[in-house]
Amino acid sequence: MDILSNLALGFEVALSPMTLFLAVIGCFLGTIIGALPGLGPSNGVAILIPITFTMGLDATAALVLLTSVYYGAMYGGRISSILLNIPGDEPAMMTTLDGYPMAKNGRAGDALVISGVASFVGALLATIALALVAPFLARIAYKFGPAEYFALYALAFATLGGMASNNQAKSALASFIGLGIALIGIDNNSGFTRFTGGNLHLADGIDFLVAIVGLFAVSEVFFFIDSHGKGSAVGVVLGKVTVPWREIWSTRWTMLRSSAVGFVAGVLPGAGASLGSFMTYMMEKSLAGKKGGFGTGVAKGVAAPEAGNNAAAGGALVPMLTLGVPGSGTTAVLLAVLMTLNITPGPTLFADRPEVVWGLIAALLIANFVLLAMNVPMVKVFVRILQVPPAILLPGVTMISFVGIYSLSGSYFDLLLMVGFGVMGYVFRKMDIPTVPVILGILLGYQMENNLRHAMTLSGGEWTYLLSSPISIGLWVAAALGFIAPMFLRRYLRKPQMVTE
Amino acid sequence: MIRSDRILGVVVVIVALVFITSAYNLPAGNLFDKLGPKAFPIIVAIGMIVSAAGLILRPDPEADWPEMPSLLSIGFATLVLIGYAYSLKPFGFLAPTAIAAAILSYQISPRPVPAVLTGIGLSVGLFVIFKYALGLGLFALPRSLMG
Repeated sequence: MDILSNLALGFEVALSPMTLFLAVIGCFLGTIIGALPGLGPSNGVAILIPITFTMGLDATAALVLLTSVYYGAMYGGRISSILLNIPGDEPAMMTTLDGYPMAKNGRAGDALVISGVASFVGALLATIALALVAPFLARIAYKFGPAEYFALYALAFATLGGMASNNQAKSALASFIGLGIALIGIDNNSGFTRFTGGNLHLADGIDFLVAIVGLFAVSEVFFFIDSHGKGSAVGVVLGKVTVPWREIWSTRWTMLRSSAVGFVAGVLPGAGASLGSFMTYMMEKSLAGKKGGFGTGVAKGVAAPEAGNNAAAGGALVPMLTLGVPGSGTTAVLLAVLMTLNITPGPTLFADRPEVVWGLIAALLIANFVLLAMNVPMVKVFVRILQVPPAILLPGVTMISFVGIYSLSGSYFDLLLMVGFGVMGYVFRKMDIPTVPVILGILLGYQMENNLRHAMTLSGGEWTYLLSSPISIGLWVAAALGFIAPMFLRRYLRKPQMVTE
Repeated sequence: MIRSDRILGVVVVIVALVFITSAYNLPAGNLFDKLGPKAFPIIVAIGMIVSAAGLILRPDPEADWPEMPSLLSIGFATLVLIGYAYSLKPFGFLAPTAIAAAILSYQISPRPVPAVLTGIGLSVGLFVIFKYALGLGLFALPRSLMG
């Protein structure tokens, strides 16, 4: 079996003391970040990227640390959903629907344990599925030429943009703004400087890490100044935490179904974990019918979205690793990490750097067990951390962002850019313009232009070349559907909005 | 009616036009690079114009902007962060961080004493973590004082 020898290689990498240590640290930090209202996986990973680089970690170590944070944040998001009725991050939104009622009925501990186990099942199955599916998809990706890659990038923008906002024009605008930002600086092919306005600082282009940290981390402080840090007191008492074995056993099919659906939702480019938890909750709700009591605080209502969003988190790694196209906001951030480490994700990654891929997968399997241990017996520790007031937390996040970016580049100009992106993030989110397509544009702009130019040079300037293979036609059709379909489905499949009470 | 969607749309159209004029001055492609550096930027700029037109023609209901005092305080926070960016190098880490963190903390929750303590605590705490645990090359004080 190919996969077994690959996994053996992975565990060889992952079981080094340093990697294990990083996985544990990452899980711990991730759970905290996920639990804190306002900070989710993409913010968490964004804040930690610059610090990871200045610590001089190698590719595998950096990736293990940051994906552990990613998985940890997906687990942690449920804690504030259940205790505060505020989702710790967007995918955890559906968990408030049954988690908070359960906590109000005095069963906060049970809700935390059931959702913790569901997270574990979802994430574990998804990681296994990732190990099975990814190499297969990587083999298909070998058939991709520049025309196919160009179409694939278009697909990523279309589906991510289609899902990310309630207004298609706004998602498209965000994508094009991101692409436009990516074009600033010296053009590597011709050596000409583009769109810098004569500013020397801009000649190297805008570092996507600066944009990511600005849009995802610095913008949060503006939100909290806007709201004066309201609504973050723990309203529910958490008594002794016991494990409700029978109730967990009664949700076994819910967890398995939700893991499968969540994984598929995660693999689709752009759909991501929020869709995973939304679809699984709705599915289980309709399967249970009126007698299921969804919304009143039932175990299945907590298990379904948590298994779903954690499975989707694993699924979203599939297109990111095999095709270099992220399936969600956080995987876009992880893609930035890979690119900064000079690792090109895609089919060649599996052949050239198997230790990175399989080390990562093995580390994720280990991280899952660490997270189960942290999130069930030790859940009280994290509940206490939730009580850190935003007036300390947010200035802290901002200062960490500054130090991180400053230690990377040592340039005050990057810090100014980061503040600019922070303001942009605040304004865009207020106007319901998604920021993830901006990041995607900045990340993929260079590749997208290169593939287009390469394709045109190969074909001697013939535009129909872009549609010359069945794969690229299929991708363009999928892109068009992915962008247009949400307009019609919106009536039925409303993007879950943040619950504000 | 003027809505923020329309304002943004107009701004984006202007930026896109600047993009296009600037791209026209770039050289055309050649045999080895058929499109050259100008084609893709023009495609992106046209995309910007089309989607911005969507915002101008069919704007969403007005965003829920904060009241004037909050808006001013966000503007002030931005100025603080800009000042912080400029002062990190000349004044070292400790003093600017303490001041900026205290101001932000006060803006989120207006209680002066906890805010000052937050500023000092974050500044010293983060310095210790960054310098000694993570080994970043930070300067605590202005370099002129360090000799």
